[in-house]
Amino acid sequence: MARRVVIVGAGPAGIRAAEALVQAGLRPVVIDREVKSGGQIYRRPAEGLDRPAEHLYGGDAAKARALHATFDTLGTSIDYRPRTEVFGITENLLHMHDGDRLYDLHFDDLILATGATDRIAPIPGWTQPGVYTLGGAQIALKAQGCAIGHRVAFVGSGPLLTLVAAQYAAAGAEVAAVLDTSSFAALRRGLPLMAARPGLLLRGLKLRASLRRHDIPYVTGVRDIRIEGDGTRVTGLRWTVKGKTRHLDCDGVGMGWHLRSETQLAQLAGCAFGWDPVGRQNAPDIDDMGRSSCPHVYLAGDSTRILGADGAETAGYLAAAACLEDMERPAPFPVARLLRRMQLMRRFARGIAMAFPYPDDICTDLPDEALLCRCEAITAGDYRATIAKAHAIEPNRAKSLSRVGMGRCQGRYCGAVAARILAVNGGLPLEQQPGLRPQAPVRPMPMRLLRDNAEETAG
Amino acid sequence: MSVPTGFRRLVPGNRRTIRFSIDGQPVQALAGDSVLTALRINMAPARTSEFGDGSRAGFCLMGACQDCWVTLKDGRRLRACETPVEDGMDIITSLPSETQWPGA
Ligand SMILES: Cc1cc2nc3c(=O)[nH]c(=O)nc-3n(C[C@H](O)[C@H](O)[C@H](O)COP(=O)(O)OP(=O)(O)OC[C@H]3O[C@@H](n4cnc5c(N)ncnc54)[C@H](O)[C@@H]3O)c2cc1C
Ligand code: FES
Repeated sequence: MARRVVIVGAGPAGIRAAEALVQAGLRPVVIDREVKSGGQIYRRPAEGLDRPAEHLYGGDAAKARALHATFDTLGTSIDYRPRTEVFGITENLLHMHDGDRLYDLHFDDLILATGATDRIAPIPGWTQPGVYTLGGAQIALKAQGCAIGHRVAFVGSGPLLTLVAAQYAAAGAEVAAVLDTSSFAALRRGLPLMAARPGLLLRGLKLRASLRRHDIPYVTGVRDIRIEGDGTRVTGLRWTVKGKTRHLDCDGVGMGWHLRSETQLAQLAGCAFGWDPVGRQNAPDIDDMGRSSCPHVYLAGDSTRILGADGAETAGYLAAAACLEDMERPAPFPVARLLRRMQLMRRFARGIAMAFPYPDDICTDLPDEALLCRCEAITAGDYRATIAKAHAIEPNRAKSLSRVGMGRCQGRYCGAVAARILAVNGGLPLEQQPGLRPQAPVRPMPMRLLRDNAEETAG
Repeated sequence: MSVPTGFRRLVPGNRRTIRFSIDGQPVQALAGDSVLTALRINMAPARTSEFGDGSRAGFCLMGACQDCWVTLKDGRRLRACETPVEDGMDIITSLPSETQWPGA
């Protein structure tokens, strides 16, 4: 019998992996929780909101069209299961649900291409209505045709900061300012490495220029950022730059510091992790092709290292090739060229990391009264007090005592911050801290599902 | 509250009007709007924080943060950013919404 290969994620990485497996004569299962394929960057809009690809994807329109076309032609040569979420893994079983039904699916080989979410540094006031992640701000625009506010400010650092601000301006939204916590000097240091992908670098510079054309101020080196409001709405933003305090009025804030990999499923599958000095987060150990430490588990795309959409497509092909190689089947294309491409992508990613560093000091300086964990409304002060009292030195113990990282988001938005606060309060250095251990379900699911399905089994 | 706040619609598209209610007030949205978009267009939050720190209106818009759970009058709870708004939905934002999920 043919082996069952399951791909989780129908973004650029998962789609290219599926294409390669089909070319090699297999019929993989492709699972994605979304209604439509495409993943994050090539997300398709809601029905009735279809717009030309040029409007939705800008300079990436051709790539978006190509990827969507590939997926659409795969048709019945794959076993596609949209609206289906994998919420846990035990040995060779995936635990999944489609909103109505819970079921398990056996796999022989597994390719995880689960993407990324925004990396956040909390700033006082960040839980108020009107504050969204940069990715969220982009989704509001791409998928819903809306701006997150009537007058929006963007805060953070990384390629998405300029991109989303420019997309908002182009769509006719009012952008008050873009505040970058990185410095001009850091950007200059990253440039030589970013030159590994001159086209992308040029596009970034053009986006910056488009902000200038719209008279949107771009301020670097900002600190002491506070989002003002009354708990039900945002009214403004305050920050300091070069020792001076500044202020603007706004009702929407988009914030983010590049991305973090979605690694929960790889962790549940038992893959080994280690410190990634480029992303400055824990990342799964993989070889050049995407083989994890677990036999028959392959990892691709943003869920391993943040290399962007092109990197995700290349990694998808490579993970499929590795999977085929391990079945002693030839890859349907030569891999040497793809491996060389990946080197360029990694070089560029090092440049990005240098140019737009994650602001450790903003995390460790978070005022005691500010919320660190938005799920359970735990302040930075409470977290510091708990780790001091319990002498916690690693994040999982700190989590069980403080509940930071234990809430509904499972540490997606507080994990990086908590790790940094722990490191300067008697905990292990960042590079030695293990990641937060995830638990199934990797996202909350309705109790109704468990109840209904328990009745089904019992009856 | 004369200053507008909440989402601003930039691309209306050619879509059907959806009628639903927020805390008993009849309001409108467009077909294809998520529940969260429908709430924010009408300047409403998703829920009141159960910890007394004000209201919440989601954060990630991609199903990851879990800060957008809303309660319907019929007792259903849903992730507002991922659920399309439907005619006749009766959304309650004034109550803290304690999400039930296994493993908590
Ligand atoms: C919010 C956001 C916005 C971005 N915007 C841009 C941009 O404008 N330009 C740019 O160059 N790059 C952007 N990026 C980065 C870019 O999205 C990625 O480089 C690229 O999409 C990565 O492709 P991928 O296949 O690795 O993951 P993704 O495209 O993220 O695809 C992952 C897929 O896996 C599915 N999935 C995850 N977990 C599960 C599960 N447990 N069960 C079922 N399905 C699951 C998700 O639904 C998703 O469709 C963005 C990233 C994010 C997070
Ligand atoms: S806004 Fe984050 S889950 Fe809905």
